[in-house]
Amino acid sequence: MARRVAVVGTGQTYHKSHRPDVTSREMIHEAVTAALADAELTIREIDAIVIGNMDHFESINYVDTYSVEGSGGVMKPIMKVSTGGTTGATVAIAAYYHVASGLFDRVLAIGFEKNSESDTTGAIITCSDPVWDRFSYSGAIPSLATEATAYMEKYGATQEDAALIGERDRNHAMNNPYAHLRRPFTVADIMNSPMLAYPIKLGDICPRSDGACACILAADGVAQKIAPKPAWFKAAAVRHTYTWFGDSTDYNKGLVSMQRASKDAYAQAGITSPVDEIDVAELYLPYTWAGLKWIEDLGFCGPGEAPKFVAEKNTHMGGKLPVNPSGGVISTNCIGATALLRVAEAAIQVMGKGGARQVPDVRNALATGFGGCFWTDVVILSSEKP
Amino acid sequence: MTEWLKDVEPLTLKGQIAVPYTWWAGETGSRFLVSIRDKRKILGTKCKECGKVFVPPRKNCGRCFTNMEEWVEIADEGVIKAHTIVHYAHPLQPVGPPFAYALIRLDGADVDFLHLIKKDLDKIRNGLRVKAIFSEQRTGHILDIDSFELI
Repeated sequence: MARRVAVVGTGQTYHKSHRPDVTSREMIHEAVTAALADAELTIREIDAIVIGNMDHFESINYVDTYSVEGSGGVMKPIMKVSTGGTTGATVAIAAYYHVASGLFDRVLAIGFEKNSESDTTGAIITCSDPVWDRFSYSGAIPSLATEATAYMEKYGATQEDAALIGERDRNHAMNNPYAHLRRPFTVADIMNSPMLAYPIKLGDICPRSDGACACILAADGVAQKIAPKPAWFKAAAVRHTYTWFGDSTDYNKGLVSMQRASKDAYAQAGITSPVDEIDVAELYLPYTWAGLKWIEDLGFCGPGEAPKFVAEKNTHMGGKLPVNPSGGVISTNCIGATALLRVAEAAIQVMGKGGARQVPDVRNALATGFGGCFWTDVVILSSEKP
Repeated sequence: MTEWLKDVEPLTLKGQIAVPYTWWAGETGSRFLVSIRDKRKILGTKCKECGKVFVPPRKNCGRCFTNMEEWVEIADEGVIKAHTIVHYAHPLQPVGPPFAYALIRLDGADVDFLHLIKKDLDKIRNGLRVKAIFSEQRTGHILDIDSFELI
């Protein structure tokens, strides 16, 4: 039987469009050092490491090896996991499996990216089948824009409805000292930004950031000695559909991988009414429309109800189910670290270490990861040991 | 096995991605590169825990996991610890064959420095002393040291 596992420490770098002062390896070291300090552990107490980033992004594809000086992986069990946009969440889930298996007591999970060293679109499209689907359609914007158009046509949602997601997350980022974009941004700013692929405008999409994140996971019995309030894994789910764009997603049906992954996660966590039982969510929303459509796929509200649900401020700070107190992906996006930041921020909320971005009395926190051909990771962390 | 080739023309598609990677050398790496470019001096960093001197410099010691802030000037001479003489050509190699790749323990360093030897290839032996030859045109690159020569 698997052991119970908790996040007992988190660390992240500050995030910028360019970090000329450090290499990836040095940036990883910053995040790891911060996580060790948070958990009051030394690198010698770490039993194994899981690390990930986006393949092809920095053209350093054996990052398990490349990173060891920064990760602390010298002569330790270390492996790389790379699953595209979901990488960070998958790294956390792989670290969870490591500890749950009983083989390791304390495992370090690391995600990082230096987007400033690469061409994001050129790298991202390598997720797609090279013969059939590798147009720049998969370079994030056009495929997401197609999803948004389908949602608009089906439910009559407006561009302003989506822009409110951007305004919300960017305002939340004002409370997060680590966020990349920390300037107020309004619905009007987004509406006035240049159109990229209808209905996505420049203000609707995430930035490219340099940054790294690390989380320390520990086993039941060990975790309680490290952290006064560990963030226990209640659920972890991974779902992929197909890689064919014409087959992976029925844009009129919703994000099927997220529907299935969240359904599985709720079953694992014993959650029957997500909106009542989840206290905060850190969602991988790479563009504003995802903040409407995908909260329906997560069951936070019914199909087509998201514009109203969001407009009534249910997902703002102080609302029924605050989404992205950190400012989310719209504010900070160091891609290989982005989904791990969601897990780390969920853990921070459970551990009560959020400072100005803390949601009061968090019991259950949900984190998601999203990847290019519409696949999904879901993690639920809790103050209660399951 | 190959019967189908009589009926169907086998096609391939050419990749169209050429990613223009650019890596930041970082504060630590840039300090080293600027020093060889502007002063022809090789710098390393020293770990305050284990006392080891690293060249090229690292920002932190991977074994002790502490930041290294102490800079040390390293000699431009050292000893060949290991080498190979290359006889084949490849576009990614810095020069055409024949030449030698050598791991050189510079005086004052505790790790070996990977570089090239272009002359006297028939005389190269591990344990021999070599000296750095700096390029006349220096751009802030590891090949601002053109190569090493036997002393």
